[in-house]
Amino acid sequence: MAQPQIDTSPKVSDEVRQTTCYMCACRCGINVHLKSGKVSYIEGNRAHPVNKGVLCAKGASGIRQVNAPSRLRAPLRRVGPRGSGAFEEISWDEALGIAVEWLGPLRDKAPEKLAFFTGRDQSQSLTSFWAQNYGTPNYAAHGGFCSVNMAAGGIYTVGGAFWEFGQPDWERTKLFILFGVAEDHDSNPIKMGLGRLKERGAKVIGVNPIRTGYNAIADDWFGVTPGADGLLILALIHCLLEAGKVDLDYLARFTNAPLLVRSDEGAEKGLFLRDADGKALVMSGGKLVPFDEAGVVPDLGATFEGHRTVFQHMAERYLSPDYAPEKIAGRVGIDATRIRALAAELARVAFDEAIEIKQEWTDFRGDHHATMIGRPVSFHAMRGISAHSNGFQTARALHLLQVILGTVETPGGYRFKPPYPKPPEAHPAPHCKVTPGKPLDGPHLGYPRGPEHLCLDANGNPARIDKAFSWENPMSAHGVMHMVIANAHAGDPYKIDTLFLYMANMAWNSSMNTTRVMEMLTDKDADGEYVIPRIIYSDAYASEMVAYADLILPDTTYLERHDCISLLDRPISEPDAAGDSIRWPVIEPDRDVRGFQSVLIDLGARLGLPGFVTPDGAPLYKDYADYITNHQRRPGVGPLMGFRGEDGEGVGRGAPNPDQLQRYIDNGAFYQAHVPDGADFYKPWNKAYQDWAVKIGLYDAPQPYLFSIYSEPMRKFQLAAEGFGDRQPPEAARARLRHAMDPLPIWYAPFGDDATDYPVHALTQRPMAMYHSWGSQNAWLRQIHGYNPLYVPTKIWNANGFTEGDWARVTSPNGEIVVPVAHMAALNENTVWTWNAIGKRKGTWGLDDDAPEATKGFLLNHLISELLPEKGDGMRWSNSDPVTGQAAWFDLRVKIEKADPPTEAQPAFGALNLKGVQV
Amino acid sequence: MTCLPGHTEKKLGLAIDLDTCVGCHACVTACKGWNDQGYGAPLSDQDAYGADPSGTFLNRVHSYSVQPDQGAAQIINFPRSCLHCEDAPCVTVCPTGASYKRVEDGIVLVNESDCIGCGLCAWACPYGAREMDVDEGVMKKCTLCVDRIYNENLPEEDREPACVRGCPTGARHFGDFADPDSKVSQLAAKRGGYDLMPDMGTKPTNKYLPPRPKDKRLDASLLAPLLDIEAKGFAGWLDRVLGKI
Repeated sequence: MAQPQIDTSPKVSDEVRQTTCYMCACRCGINVHLKSGKVSYIEGNRAHPVNKGVLCAKGASGIRQVNAPSRLRAPLRRVGPRGSGAFEEISWDEALGIAVEWLGPLRDKAPEKLAFFTGRDQSQSLTSFWAQNYGTPNYAAHGGFCSVNMAAGGIYTVGGAFWEFGQPDWERTKLFILFGVAEDHDSNPIKMGLGRLKERGAKVIGVNPIRTGYNAIADDWFGVTPGADGLLILALIHCLLEAGKVDLDYLARFTNAPLLVRSDEGAEKGLFLRDADGKALVMSGGKLVPFDEAGVVPDLGATFEGHRTVFQHMAERYLSPDYAPEKIAGRVGIDATRIRALAAELARVAFDEAIEIKQEWTDFRGDHHATMIGRPVSFHAMRGISAHSNGFQTARALHLLQVILGTVETPGGYRFKPPYPKPPEAHPAPHCKVTPGKPLDGPHLGYPRGPEHLCLDANGNPARIDKAFSWENPMSAHGVMHMVIANAHAGDPYKIDTLFLYMANMAWNSSMNTTRVMEMLTDKDADGEYVIPRIIYSDAYASEMVAYADLILPDTTYLERHDCISLLDRPISEPDAAGDSIRWPVIEPDRDVRGFQSVLIDLGARLGLPGFVTPDGAPLYKDYADYITNHQRRPGVGPLMGFRGEDGEGVGRGAPNPDQLQRYIDNGAFYQAHVPDGADFYKPWNKAYQDWAVKIGLYDAPQPYLFSIYSEPMRKFQLAAEGFGDRQPPEAARARLRHAMDPLPIWYAPFGDDATDYPVHALTQRPMAMYHSWGSQNAWLRQIHGYNPLYVPTKIWNANGFTEGDWARVTSPNGEIVVPVAHMAALNENTVWTWNAIGKRKGTWGLDDDAPEATKGFLLNHLISELLPEKGDGMRWSNSDPVTGQAAWFDLRVKIEKADPPTEAQPAFGALNLKGVQV
Repeated sequence: MTCLPGHTEKKLGLAIDLDTCVGCHACVTACKGWNDQGYGAPLSDQDAYGADPSGTFLNRVHSYSVQPDQGAAQIINFPRSCLHCEDAPCVTVCPTGASYKRVEDGIVLVNESDCIGCGLCAWACPYGAREMDVDEGVMKKCTLCVDRIYNENLPEEDREPACVRGCPTGARHFGDFADPDSKVSQLAAKRGGYDLMPDMGTKPTNKYLPPRPKDKRLDASLLAPLLDIEAKGFAGWLDRVLGKI
């Protein structure tokens, strides 16, 4: 039989439009193929700096996201009780009219009674600008329940953190260690990096209780006990110090190790010795001099009138036998010899395999360096270490480890991505001063440098509804979103009027204590009104939260909208280039929905907010696209850096260019400004980098700084706890603050770790194919991950006599769930885990009521309280890191026992019946 | 019965690196996305939002737990698709000649217009690499993106299977195993690329590159303390460490 003739060169599509993916925070470039005006195929954009052509499972399933049956159709007004799903469709004019009716009078009377929180924060520079001009102090995005410990721990220590702040030098690193990196993180960039390391034969080590995903391909796996990473890291530091394997030259030149710490008793004990101008002092050649003067060679071992260097304080602490591997091995769950071997491996690669690049550079003291020395060890860490109540200090400890090895911003190590490096001093301090009818006195979020920056009212009580920047969690740089509903419900610190949420599924997988939160959203007070009187919500899909809102502003999908991924917010930079990008409507919506950012701009104009109206009160911007093009945050600096100025040649600085968005579209929807040669390493101290950063508008003057091994801002809070200063914490907070705000990294057991009745650690992660919960209802992806058993390690599996198909009752101090179990051997022996956000409430996300997500799927959230159990002090502290307020999801401890199979996973809830509001 | 060609000019196939695959399923949906609108009938889904969703996929990833004799358990992620065998039993079993192996490149294809949906080929394939499309009633399988790899409407760099182009870790490699100098042949030679279930006698073209040994005992000599800190005190340590500057 003759072989059939087939067409091997079919036409692929009518047109390709390049935009930016959305469904997670990686923001990859995509080519969207269109046939007859409809999306036919989506692939990665090869020219794009983030993904270089590749695309994750979710990105490649985007066509099922754009066509999902769960898409909302039109603005909605609730007509039945909250939670009933009874809505009527209304026009946009009516919807915006209602919002103005609610928010206008509120602004004139008590703007703090609006709480505006966004789950995704890819447009935070706009949403915060709006909230600031509205005048409420109650604004933040989701960082507080995501990974603020990682961000803040990094900013306060080295002026940047992992992921969008910086990344390993994938081309040069020889040893790469992942700490607590779940599957649902930094999707394509980290996969590409790991692939590159494997290709080059570099070694990968995974430190994680669960050996899936990235950890499955690690050459060595350390199945650490959850919450003990910090202790492991400090033990490694102990071994390195003990052997003298630290980069002394780096520590002396580029960190605060040589600064002198005041030893005199009083209000300044523990602060740095400074001159009359406030410059921190070091000893150089036997003389006391400002740290940054030309010719200074700081002495790490100096003592001046009893004041010792940071280096001495640090070394003395970690040389203590308390941090010896033999002492901590049991708590960490890793054999002491393996810990010592890991320390030896770190030292060997950092010092014996050091690399040197022939590239001259000049540092901030004016010292000239003929080459760039590299220590090819790098790290990456994320939620596994940060989502604990000791996560901030653990993140600091990891940065300390990098710093003593001399790997930060050196070839082969960890590299910042512009606009980072950026120390706390280069960020704003938080603002909270409310004046009815006027804007807030400054940006909401920032990095406090001391008690003077806390957000407190005249009586010393928290000024914010989430109690961010209060004594409970002074450095809550991203806000404390997981406490908003609980606090608003309790009227603590005060009642609010309107809760305004964007893309935050707080009635389901984004809240702790989900069962109780649903009650808080529906509870009524004595006069029959809802305790939280008004809820406005914007989402593109029929999520659980939709059913609990009073007014729905339906958003578009990611292919139907404008967005900017901005240097003012969370850009797409690489270590060698500043980068930003856009989304644009590659298709038009086929229903009555609008991009949320355009709606917010419209609402701002209707409310007459400064920044959104002209002097005569007319709308300043037509829509988000107009804002992206014409808004200027500082003269000449706007949301996008590329193609600025009348001629479109301006980079970073320049007048608005009406053709800017088209130029981005023509350029593949992104722009990059490359770091010049010689400026690509040692960025915090490198004159060439600092000058370039000023030139493109990242900042307005060079801002070199020293890495903070010892955190002076933390010491200032500790001094307050010790009774010094005008602003004093409440008595109940003193001991906790004094302990948690230690200026040198410490480890303490996660809160609740003494709950011996609950011996098992319980964790969650999302599958790689469902990074972020949007997408778990996707027709293709739910065939891959439509079911989430509780994975149980061999020891617990055998002890309970489990067999496949069994169910278990899982109990925590907060409640119990009954769920299906499955065996998994490659797991820390005291840890169970499940996929997060696969479980859905019936009647949501366009799924049938008998979908496995709604019958067998479950959330661990029911077991996690937003408040810790009452302790001796009679208080219930929030289940958060005491430094930053980061939600301590991973502190969860449970007990587990076999249960009779129920008909559905427990707790089960009634259907929300959102079918009527979907396409 | 259908005959296999005695010889193919090329042996196009994939080298799949099990040391690098993180099990992300990017290749699964890249494949689904392309082939849903590519060669032959679309890849249908049944009960897509219901109790028992199932659909046609030409490539799937499985994760297996492996417990070595010594040391911790491991997870191996294993992508599975047609191996484009030299002695493809799915071809010889086909009653209509719909299944065939191309002479020019060795790709095993289904000519859907001749496929009667009898399912014999799926039964004959030891790898479970063929899936019957429920809506169309025809057998679907990996085409090695035959409508991409020669496609003159695509830029040259994109003329590779969708799964290879999309793989974020670069764990999938496409090329000609008949050419000993090709990248895939070189990789297979260097990394010990192996045939899946060689005892079945199918002579698969695709090769799997095995995971490198894991959790090797770290036998680097442990760090020696600078001195006896307990005896010499912190001051002694400080003098010693700074003396090295």
